[in-house]
Amino acid sequence: MQALISLSTVSPSSPAVARSDRAVGSFSTNASKPSSFRFCGLRREALGLSITKPHGSSRVALSQRRFYKKFSASLKDNGVPSKGFDYDLVIIGAGVGGHGAALHAVEKGLKTAIIEGDVVGGTCVNRGCVPSKALLAVSGRMRELQSEHHLKALGLQVSAAGYDRQGVADHANNLATKIRNNLTNSLKALGVDILSGVGTILGPQKVKYGKVGFSDQVITAKDIIIATGSVPFVPKGIEVDGKTVITSDHALKLEFVPDWIAIVGSGYIGLEFSDVYTALGSEVTFIEALDQLMPGFDPEIGKLAQRVLINPRKIDYHTGVFASKITPAKDGKPVIIELIDAKTKEPRDTLEVDAALIATGRAPYTKGLGLENINVETQRGFVPVDERMRVIDKNGNLVPHVYCIGDANGKMMLAHAASAQGISVVEQVSGKDHVLNHLSIPAACFTHPEISFVGLTEPQARERAEKEGYEISIAKTSFKANTKALAENEGEGLAKLIYRPDNGEILGVHIFGIHAADLIHEASNAITLGTRIQDIKFAVHAHPTLSEVLDELFKLAKVNSSVSSPVNEPVAV
Amino acid sequence: MASSIVFRVSPTYNTISFSSSISNGLPLPSRLSRFHIRPRRKIPTVHAKIREIFMPALSSTMTEGKIVSWVKSEGDVLSKGDSVVVVESDKADMDVETFYDGILAAIVVGEGETAPVGAPIGLLAETEEEVAEAKAKAASSKTGPSSPPPAAPSPPPPSPAPSASSPSPPPQSPSPPPVYDGPRKIVATPYAKKLAKQHKIDIGLIVGTGPFGRITPSDVESAAGIGPSKSSISNVGSANASPSPAPPVAATATAASASPAMPPPIPGSTVVPFTTMQAAVSKNMVESLSVPTFRVGYSVTTDALDALYEKVKPKGVTMTALLAKAAAMALVQHPVVNATCKDGKSFTYNSNINIAVAVAINGGLITPVLQDADKLDLYLLSQKWKELVQKARAKQLQPHEYNSGTFTLSNLGMFGVDRFDAILPPGQGAIMAVGASKPTVVADADRFFSVNSKMLVNMVPSVTCYFFFP
Repeated sequence: MQALISLSTVSPSSPAVARSDRAVGSFSTNASKPSSFRFCGLRREALGLSITKPHGSSRVALSQRRFYKKFSASLKDNGVPSKGFDYDLVIIGAGVGGHGAALHAVEKGLKTAIIEGDVVGGTCVNRGCVPSKALLAVSGRMRELQSEHHLKALGLQVSAAGYDRQGVADHANNLATKIRNNLTNSLKALGVDILSGVGTILGPQKVKYGKVGFSDQVITAKDIIIATGSVPFVPKGIEVDGKTVITSDHALKLEFVPDWIAIVGSGYIGLEFSDVYTALGSEVTFIEALDQLMPGFDPEIGKLAQRVLINPRKIDYHTGVFASKITPAKDGKPVIIELIDAKTKEPRDTLEVDAALIATGRAPYTKGLGLENINVETQRGFVPVDERMRVIDKNGNLVPHVYCIGDANGKMMLAHAASAQGISVVEQVSGKDHVLNHLSIPAACFTHPEISFVGLTEPQARERAEKEGYEISIAKTSFKANTKALAENEGEGLAKLIYRPDNGEILGVHIFGIHAADLIHEASNAITLGTRIQDIKFAVHAHPTLSEVLDELFKLAKVNSSVSSPVNEPVAV
Repeated sequence: MASSIVFRVSPTYNTISFSSSISNGLPLPSRLSRFHIRPRRKIPTVHAKIREIFMPALSSTMTEGKIVSWVKSEGDVLSKGDSVVVVESDKADMDVETFYDGILAAIVVGEGETAPVGAPIGLLAETEEEVAEAKAKAASSKTGPSSPPPAAPSPPPPSPAPSASSPSPPPQSPSPPPVYDGPRKIVATPYAKKLAKQHKIDIGLIVGTGPFGRITPSDVESAAGIGPSKSSISNVGSANASPSPAPPVAATATAASASPAMPPPIPGSTVVPFTTMQAAVSKNMVESLSVPTFRVGYSVTTDALDALYEKVKPKGVTMTALLAKAAAMALVQHPVVNATCKDGKSFTYNSNINIAVAVAINGGLITPVLQDADKLDLYLLSQKWKELVQKARAKQLQPHEYNSGTFTLSNLGMFGVDRFDAILPPGQGAIMAVGASKPTVVADADRFFSVNSKMLVNMVPSVTCYFFFP
């Protein structure tokens, strides 16, 4: 964390808090002083673009995500506020959700401010998706280099592969820094005001923000978006010391690679970390409260994934158990984990390991937001919202002009979902009704190989089909049938399509295999646009590419209706 | 082979690639019925709805296989192409895939047990209704002898034709409960546990040397007698000598087929079952006794060979490669030695000269094959050999890399053995046993004495060569 946040003056003592309660140094000043960059030498290119050439040309550095489009579309100034308000839109929280909303708001001509109490980029950029991808990139290469037989099958010979832990950690840290700078600069370039401090809602259309030791500022805004995100959830009984009992926040710093680590929770976060740790030589024990590993995935995909990602690796697991008590290593003793039966609560076992990673999910970070001032009560910490992200108060009424997006509302705790929700809200406040179809939002787990999906799982689809009275069909194809996958010697994989044979509607697509995360978008786009299988099956895919896996899937589907009728009705979820 | 299974490389055990099943998506149920079903045993009540999963023949020499693990559990829904079970053949571990959709109704041969090739190891039901029926069937074939069917392809115990609609067995219980550590306070790392299972070592008997006294993978490896540290072999005995009440099924199965009348064991002796590989080697050796062979010996002056060896040794050429190359070149000129007699009536001339070389590995014996040894140059041959040995150690040889030999070389010279007879592997032309090269006093035609290096080579050719001897 020290290195991670070297650009700001935030205290390392509160790393777990996405939105620090204490005030922090201003990013605008810090980030624009080259002297505060620790990685100047390495980052010359990025710095050159983002620092020395302000505004106009900085978009070159922003190859990341979809900002490019935003830039070219809106190199105009932040809008002029509506009469009587300081801003048209104030966003509390500069994570990926807030950032996406801010960019879109500027494009729509709204005068926008974003309040951030910690570092720009939020969890995703600083303690989540971004640095973990750096670690997973390392893990993927390590796996390739260690798989002697795989290399040999390609005719390659490599002598023993090794790694330098600090080097790996630095890569993750550098990536986070770079992306954070890109984000910050993209906001500044558009003239979004970045207000440092903790934001609190004082009343309708009124927000205060401020740093500890300074007087608070009060601003007014026509509309307010809450985008305060989440922090790692730590169940009670677990003592996190940040050294041997850690959360993803600490693990991403990769301060040590234990010989044996227990990972509590086998969702995305746990799985990705198991991929990283086993590639770096650790042994892993999963602790899962449900009866099955990887509970969130389509069962068939989960089973295959377990066969490939768990069973052959140095991993074992305990399912149907809670870690009721975890004591960090101290006084010459290892980390001690007490397991109890998830149903009967009877003691089951005690584990002694070198480290424990708590990956039991994330809790919304909504404390101190001043929700009581607008008569809103959180539910398990989440801010209740309707399908248009409008905040609902205690009495079930909509709170005018207040929206909540991202992890804080708990609808779909994914960075890109937050951003999509933010864009949807901006569409609404700028006068166009918009409802986001959450079933069109893809999700991915970046293990090796990757897992991705969009829409419903098979059991969910069956349940819905039963209720609504239609048939569903399944099409499946193997990566073994794909030329490019075989060329890469990565034939292990499955793609699965769940659809309605009567009208060709895509209900869900699940992929496990090489580059699955990149492949899912053809399906998610089709769902978003309402494209039916009978239409998309005529789309041409370059040969040989992995995308032909989806091509194969669409062609395998048997749709009874040949009527081509794109339907694009928003589905509220 | 028209069995209901195909083989595929498992990522875990890898390398063995048989016809991989490229599944072109989901087979529609209607198409299924077209697949050929092999009615191996006539069971009157079964209308091709319950299919047997057979022990596959993973190599030409395999007669029985051991179930390493069931990838699927009873009650799992299988679709075509799913891996169902991992089988250890005499040479490698392989995944077995199902060719059909269905439900794994019953596991007939459990993990760690052995079954002859072609014997049913599990039952696949097409629908839920048939699961009960299949289970009844499985139960009936299990109840007789406590062990799975013996190696001899004896018919299964007569199954009391279960009534087709019999609902008698209670609905199958949900998948087996997850595995937990027992109440004993044994701390072993995940990989250590996997290794122990793999090497069939009781983890409770291993003394952990890792941090906090935990059992580490290297503890298991040393207990299994593999890996760098072989000091703690003492554990092997205690770990492997399984308590008498339940002798491993593998042992009984192989022993039963080998010699029905065994002398009673001497009191105090411990019975250590053969590994699958050891059993296969033993079986092959017995089999070779039925092939007519004869033995010829010749001592070769090796001064020139030694000189050549000294010259090419720094370039990574081994004596094995040199001998294999020499044998291959000689075989080009004498194809009959490379020919085999398969049916007792004819010669089978082999178009390739594939030199198999016997190596001892992990308490077993395997013969990696240098294919087309006559065509490869010495350096390529040496390199190839190095790869083969590494693969053999890792148990990753593909079938064609160990069973395609036409001529075998066995060299014990490095141990100082000066002569020995080798056993002709089935299906090969000859085996050459090479002893150590030693300085020897010889008298030449002019009655001068000199000291030359001589190496005694014993050949055990099959009957084919006999006809061509003067």
